[in-house]
Amino acid sequence: MKHTLSVMVENEPGVLSRVAGLFSGRGFNIESLNVAPTLEKGVSLMTIVARGDDAIIEQIVKQLRKLVPVITVKDFTQVQAVEREMVLVKVNAEDSKRAEILRITDIFRCKVVDVSIDELTIECTGDHGKIKAIVNLLSRFGIKEIARTGNVAMKRAMQID
Amino acid sequence: MELTGAQILLKCLEEEGVDAMFGFPGGAVIDIYDEIPNFSIEHILVRHEQGAIHAADGYARATGKTGVCLVTSGPGATNTVTGIATAYMDSIPVVIFTGQVPSPLIGNDAFQEVDIVGITRPCTKHNYLVQDVRDLARTVKQAFYLARTGRPGPVLVDVPKDLMSQKCEFEYPESISLRSYNPNVKPHIGQIRKLAQLIKKAERPLIYSGGGVISSKSHEELRWLARELRIPVTSTLMGLGAYPGDDEELWLGMLGMHGTYCANMAVNNCDLLLAVGARFDDRVTGKISEFAPHATIVHIDVDPTSIQKNVSVHVPLVADCKSALAALQKEMKSIKGEVNWQRKHEQWLEQIIEWNRLHPLTYIDDEVKIKPQYVVEKIYEITKGDAIVCTEVGQNQMWAAQFYKVKEPNTFLTSGGLGTMGYGFPAAMGAQRAFPDKLVVNIAGDGSIQMNIQEMMTVVCNKLPVKIVILNNGYLGMVRQWQELFYKKNYCATCMDAQPDFVKLAEAYGAAGYRITEKKDVEKVLREAFEVDKPCIVDVRVAQEENVYPMVPAGASLTEMLLV
Ligand SMILES: Cc1ncc(C[n+]2csc(CCOP(=O)(O)OP(=O)(O)O)c2C)c(N)n1
Repeated sequence: MKHTLSVMVENEPGVLSRVAGLFSGRGFNIESLNVAPTLEKGVSLMTIVARGDDAIIEQIVKQLRKLVPVITVKDFTQVQAVEREMVLVKVNAEDSKRAEILRITDIFRCKVVDVSIDELTIECTGDHGKIKAIVNLLSRFGIKEIARTGNVAMKRAMQID
Repeated sequence: MELTGAQILLKCLEEEGVDAMFGFPGGAVIDIYDEIPNFSIEHILVRHEQGAIHAADGYARATGKTGVCLVTSGPGATNTVTGIATAYMDSIPVVIFTGQVPSPLIGNDAFQEVDIVGITRPCTKHNYLVQDVRDLARTVKQAFYLARTGRPGPVLVDVPKDLMSQKCEFEYPESISLRSYNPNVKPHIGQIRKLAQLIKKAERPLIYSGGGVISSKSHEELRWLARELRIPVTSTLMGLGAYPGDDEELWLGMLGMHGTYCANMAVNNCDLLLAVGARFDDRVTGKISEFAPHATIVHIDVDPTSIQKNVSVHVPLVADCKSALAALQKEMKSIKGEVNWQRKHEQWLEQIIEWNRLHPLTYIDDEVKIKPQYVVEKIYEITKGDAIVCTEVGQNQMWAAQFYKVKEPNTFLTSGGLGTMGYGFPAAMGAQRAFPDKLVVNIAGDGSIQMNIQEMMTVVCNKLPVKIVILNNGYLGMVRQWQELFYKKNYCATCMDAQPDFVKLAEAYGAAGYRITEKKDVEKVLREAFEVDKPCIVDVRVAQEENVYPMVPAGASLTEMLLV
C-alpha cells in the first residue's frame, strides 16, 4: 500500500541521506521524496511517498522518529490530507495537434509555460490521479520530456463528514 | 579564555569525567596528541584501531560509563568501523573521535580522506562532522549526551585538522536540549496496571530479560520481581548477569539457539512472557510463528522500534526499563497481599525442575581429552564467578555463556548482536583498565584470538594483566559444527591446524605463556596463570570436534532442540 509520510527535520547537513538511508538500508524504494525549507528557521519538511505493508511502514515511521534530526513524522494515509504534485511536460505539438492539446490543458486547468514551433511545455498541478490522467492524455501526442516534483502534502484543517 | 580546538576537545573530555581513552595517532589528529600530556586524561596507545574501539566498548560495558576512542582520518577511521557496528548492535555508549583532512580539502579526495560520517551513518546512533571550532564544545557535549541516554549507542565526531589549531572562547554548555530528541520515557501507568493484573492472573509467567536491563541498571528491580513473586527468569546472551546465574531455583539459563532445554520449554509453555530490555533477535526466537505460542507477551523497551518489530506484542510498554520495573514493583506491592505468591507458581516451578532433571545443561566429559566445557567450569570454580569474563565469538562464546554462571551485571562482555570475532581480547583490555585490581579473563577460540592478537603489546606495555584462555580446537569451531551437522562434514576452510606457537608468541610480547595438553593440569595451570601478575595466554588443547548443545537449528522452533 502507498503511504505519504510528512517528515519535519532539522535542516542540517546529511539529514537527507540519513532519511533516505533508512529506506535503502531496508531494501525499500522511495517513490518520491520532496524537501524544502519551512517558515520556521532551520526546519525543513520532507514529503515521502513509499510503498510497503503496514508492518513495514510502522517500522519505518518509528525508525524515522528515532533519527536525531527528525522532529516529527506523520503518516497521511489514515487522515484526510491535501496532496499535490507538479509536473512539467514537453509535448510534440505540430499545428494540426495544437488546438486539441490546448483544449486538454484548458480542461485540466494547466498552464502553458513555453512554446516553440512544434512543442508546448505544460505545467500541471494536482493530486496523483489528475497527474496520471493528464500525462496519459498527452502521451499520445508524444511526450519529449517530463519532470515531476513528487508529492507534497498537508493535513486538512477540518474534517467534514 | 581562548583555547585551540585541540585544547577544547580535551577540556570537554575532562568535563565529561573521562579518565582514559584508547587511540592511535596520525597526521590529522597530531594537534590533539600534542596537547594530551597537558591534560589529566590517560591515553592508551593500541596497536590497531579496531583494538581501540573494542577497548573503549569493553570499558563502557564493564563500568556502565561512556567509552572514548581517538583515531586519525582515512584508514584510522575505517579501521574502527567493525567496532562501531559491534557497539551499535549491542547498544553500548561510546564516543569516537576521528580526525579529518583540513576543511578546505574535504571532498577533494585529499590524502587520507574518507567520508567517515557517511560510512558510519547506518551503524552509529548519530554522528557529526564539526565545521566550525565554535561548534566543537557543544557537539562533544551532545555526543556524550546522545551516547548514554535513551537507548545507548556509539556516536562519532569527525574533526577536521585545521579546526584543531584554530582558537575560540571555551565554554562548556551546561545542558543540552534537542527538540527532536526526548528519551527517558516514563512508563504509561495504565499499562503498568494492566501488566500487574496480568501477572496476578498468570499461572505460568516467565521473565525474558535482555541487555537493556543491564544498560538501564535495573537488575535490582528485576531481581525483586522474580524473587518476591517467584517468577522464573531466562535471558539473552546480552542479559547474562542481570539475574544471578547461580540461583538454582529461578534461573533457567539462556534461551534460544544454544539456550537450555528448560528455558526453551518454559518459553514454549508459559502463559505470560515478560520481555524486559530484549529485542526478540532471531537467535533467541527460533521460528517466529512458533515462539511462545501460549503466552500473552508484554514488552518493555526504551526503544519503540524494538517493539512489534519481530513478534507481535500484546502489551507494549515504551519506557526505560528501570522506571518501568520500579513502577511495576510499586504496583505489585499494592496488590501483593491479595495473592499467596509463595504458592502461586508452585506447579509451574515444579514443571521447570522436571525439565531440568530431564535435560540439564551438560556435556559428556572424558577421562583423557580436555572438554572445553570442563575448562570453563574450572574457570568458574577458580574465580568463584567473581571475574570479569570476556569472550570471543563462536563455540568458546557459547560455552562461556552456558557454563560460567555470571552473577553480576557488567561482568560478562561479549559481542552479541554483531558476533564480532576479535572482540573479546581488546574488550578485556578496556575492562582491565577500568578495574585494574579485578581478574579479567578472555575466553577465546584459536581463530578469534588471531584477529586482534597484536594488542598483546598494548596489555604488556600498560601492565594490564588480562588472562587469555584459548579453547584451542584447531578449528573455526562454530562454523565446523554447522558443517558437520548441516553440510555433510565438508570442513572447507575451517581447519586451522596451522597455528602459531601461542606460548612463544605470548613470551615474544613479554607476556607469560602456558600450554595445557592434559586434563589433570587444567586446574593447576589455570590457577597459576590467574595468579601471575602479568598478562598471559593459556593455550588449552581441547577435544577438537566437540559441539555446543543444546542447539536449535536455524529457523526451527525452540522445542526442536538437538541435545547432548
Ligand atoms: C569477524 C568475523 N568473521 C567471521 C565470523 C564467522 N564466524 C562465527 S564463529 C566462527 C568460528 C570461530 O572460531 P574460533 O575463534 O576458533 O572459535 P570456536 O568456535 O572454535 O570456539 C566464525 C568464523 C565472525 N563471527 N566474525
